[in-house]
Amino acid sequence: MKKIRFWSGDIAAAEGAIAAGCRFFAGYPITPASDIAEHMALRLPQENGIFIQMEDELASMAAILGASWGGAKVMTATSGPGFSLMQENIGLGAITETPCVVADVQRAGPSTGMPTLVGQGDVMQSRWGSHGDYETIVISPSSPQESFDLIIRAFNLAELYRVPVIFLMDECVAHMSERVVVPPKEKIEVVERLKPSMPPEQYMPFKPLNNIAPMAIAGMGYKIHVTGLTHNEKGYPQTTSTEVQEWMIRHICDKIRKNERKIRDIEEYEMDDAEIAVVSFGIAGRSAKAAVKIARKHGIKAGLIRLKTIWPFPEEYFENAADNIKKFIVAEINYGQVKLEVERSIHGKASVELLPKFGGAVHTPMEIYNKIKEAKNGN
Amino acid sequence: MKKEIRFSGYGGQGIILMGNIAAKAAVLYDDKNAVYTPSYGPEARGGAASSNVIIADEEIDYPYVTDIDVLVAMSQLGYEHNAPLLKDNGVLIIDKDLVKLKNGVGKVAKIDATRIAEQLGKRIVANIVMLGFFTAVTKILSYDAIKKAVLESVPAKFKELNEIALEKGYKEGKK
Amino acid sequence: MEIEAEANPMDKYLRADRIPHIWCPGCGLGIVLNAFLHAIDELKIDMDELAIVSGIGCTGRIAGYINCDSYHTTHGRAIPFATGLRLANPEMKVVVISGDGDLFAIGGNHFIHAARRNIDITVIGVNNYNYGMTGGQLGPTTPLGARTTTSPYGNVEHPFNLCHVAHASGAVYVARWTVLHAVRLKNSIKEAMNKNGFSFIEVIAACPTTYGRRNKMPTGLDEMKYYREHSIIRHGIDPSQANIEIGKDIIVGKFIDIEKPTYSDAFEELKKRVKK
Repeated sequence: MKKIRFWSGDIAAAEGAIAAGCRFFAGYPITPASDIAEHMALRLPQENGIFIQMEDELASMAAILGASWGGAKVMTATSGPGFSLMQENIGLGAITETPCVVADVQRAGPSTGMPTLVGQGDVMQSRWGSHGDYETIVISPSSPQESFDLIIRAFNLAELYRVPVIFLMDECVAHMSERVVVPPKEKIEVVERLKPSMPPEQYMPFKPLNNIAPMAIAGMGYKIHVTGLTHNEKGYPQTTSTEVQEWMIRHICDKIRKNERKIRDIEEYEMDDAEIAVVSFGIAGRSAKAAVKIARKHGIKAGLIRLKTIWPFPEEYFENAADNIKKFIVAEINYGQVKLEVERSIHGKASVELLPKFGGAVHTPMEIYNKIKEAKNGN
Repeated sequence: MKKEIRFSGYGGQGIILMGNIAAKAAVLYDDKNAVYTPSYGPEARGGAASSNVIIADEEIDYPYVTDIDVLVAMSQLGYEHNAPLLKDNGVLIIDKDLVKLKNGVGKVAKIDATRIAEQLGKRIVANIVMLGFFTAVTKILSYDAIKKAVLESVPAKFKELNEIALEKGYKEGKK
Repeated sequence: MEIEAEANPMDKYLRADRIPHIWCPGCGLGIVLNAFLHAIDELKIDMDELAIVSGIGCTGRIAGYINCDSYHTTHGRAIPFATGLRLANPEMKVVVISGDGDLFAIGGNHFIHAARRNIDITVIGVNNYNYGMTGGQLGPTTPLGARTTTSPYGNVEHPFNLCHVAHASGAVYVARWTVLHAVRLKNSIKEAMNKNGFSFIEVIAACPTTYGRRNKMPTGLDEMKYYREHSIIRHGIDPSQANIEIGKDIIVGKFIDIEKPTYSDAFEELKKRVKK
């Protein structure tokens, strides 16, 4: 039977993770993500899982990778400063194709910034934060309900594509409490990672079968070598071969890029006849929806494009959408990040305007509505 | 129906819990939409504490309280900061021993919640007395819902005390 | 005439297709690897249940040569990776083999906290007094006065006494050997791997290419001679009394061997208490 809960976004994310099968959490306290760690400390022992508070975020990220290779579904949670520290090992997760979920509850930055107040300035970092070429999947919830539902999807995608998935929350969604409908267990789709079944001598730990290589966890008898160095299909370091480097980079990027449509998750609201589209995500997406409702009351053909998946960026979607849209207004709590991607994707077919908030506060619906009105009047 | 509610006071009065319980009551026991947000923005500075609840029949998009329908003030600072945001036909609820009104305009419901709580033996339940009063005065929530939410949110050994506190406040509001 | 190469009995533990290794002539790491393989041979470890985790550096490459599940992680992060692996998969015996810079400079914080928590892993820290792979820079164990590429006038920093750090942090087993003490080292590895808890072995190893030749020991043999002349075995000594200084005796031996509950033991107990 489904259950109705009254949960904050942080609690909903933690419960969603458990529902998705997460049984290992390593983390380091940081506002506004600490509630996730605290709830995991309470709940994981009840679910035969493991919670460990590490000495810092470097260690937290390394520990979840180790635990993932140990066979667990794993997660950590942090905010800006800690997310910066995790980048090194997010790169290790990318190159070693290790399933894991990293919740980044965004606060206003840079640096220590505004520790208790909202920001959405980690959009680019969530994609480009570690060095070198790689891809991540980045998912952004707008409510406690989505914190529950979408973190399950985050785990499923991490396991399916063997990739670190960034769960890009924000302080507002994390701290607000709302109704969360928890479906019965059997109604929750949970994806398990593909493991090898062939004899060890035939197994190549990094050779994709249909896009993704089966993953041998520690102790299965495959005796694999996993390295952060450039490696071949066998997992062996090949640090001077440009061919192996090209093969590996193409693989870890293309397994995500080529599946953008499958990964894509967008809420469209009043977009059928829209001429002005507000693009938003996370908490700002809620203000944007309210603004569109106001605009419609005033007879303005405005719609909402809310990104539940930010990366891989839905370039194709925006290019098509631009055929019917005169102006995109990008409302985000930063000084222009998703805006750059929208601009890049539509190849000049429409105009794009940024409506920034600089951190510490969310756009009010009227602020966004006023921008819609300006656009309507041709400003 | 859409009501924007702010509970305000100072740290230690259980202001955060009040908002949480009220929103929980609406969602879990009155089958309404509600969103609770903790202290936010300048009103949270200093020793001040506030919590915010929107209760509505319709979907709630923007979750923050901007134009207040109901202001519950349990400190002078909370009253002075937030009263200007109260709608013209809004309801002001105060602990009359803690808040001195500056102008007499509008509807004001007064209770000595803290004193009642002290008489019950625990000053800490003033917030629950106030929640009972709030429920009776505003009629946004049913008594049954707030009672269930309160009992679910307090430690087992204090359930009885909290139930009495809630009822006291509620009865005051019915007068 | 048919000539057949004689196989080394340890070959079965190696990834033959990864040999030759990258180490310089005279390097102490071959001896460490050899001692480790003999230890697991004598312990009859099931290679399916052994995981080796390493960080970055010359020592970090050991993981790639041994035929078991092996993880070559980022610089300094071998211990937290191993912590996750061990906790998530309690069937595995997890050994971290890494160098002084990796474990005690960039990874120092992880070392002390894993020891404090008593995570059930064995850490073999190979101390060659410098960063060998990157060309011989100053490290956290470089002795006072020693010359490296980043201390060209002689080191002015006080080095860590690794065994003292391990003991102070809570390790249940602490030993130090040089690569001259190959058999004693092997025996210590066996003891350490049989310990329940965080065990640490420091191995002082020659690095003639980047350390020795700047410090009047240009060959591996010179360094081995130095170990022979200066090593003194003092089992059970307080590790704080075993600092390493140029020209002074190197005190080696088994310093600490105690029992206390591991993180896993304590967490399993906790789980029993809170089970729904």
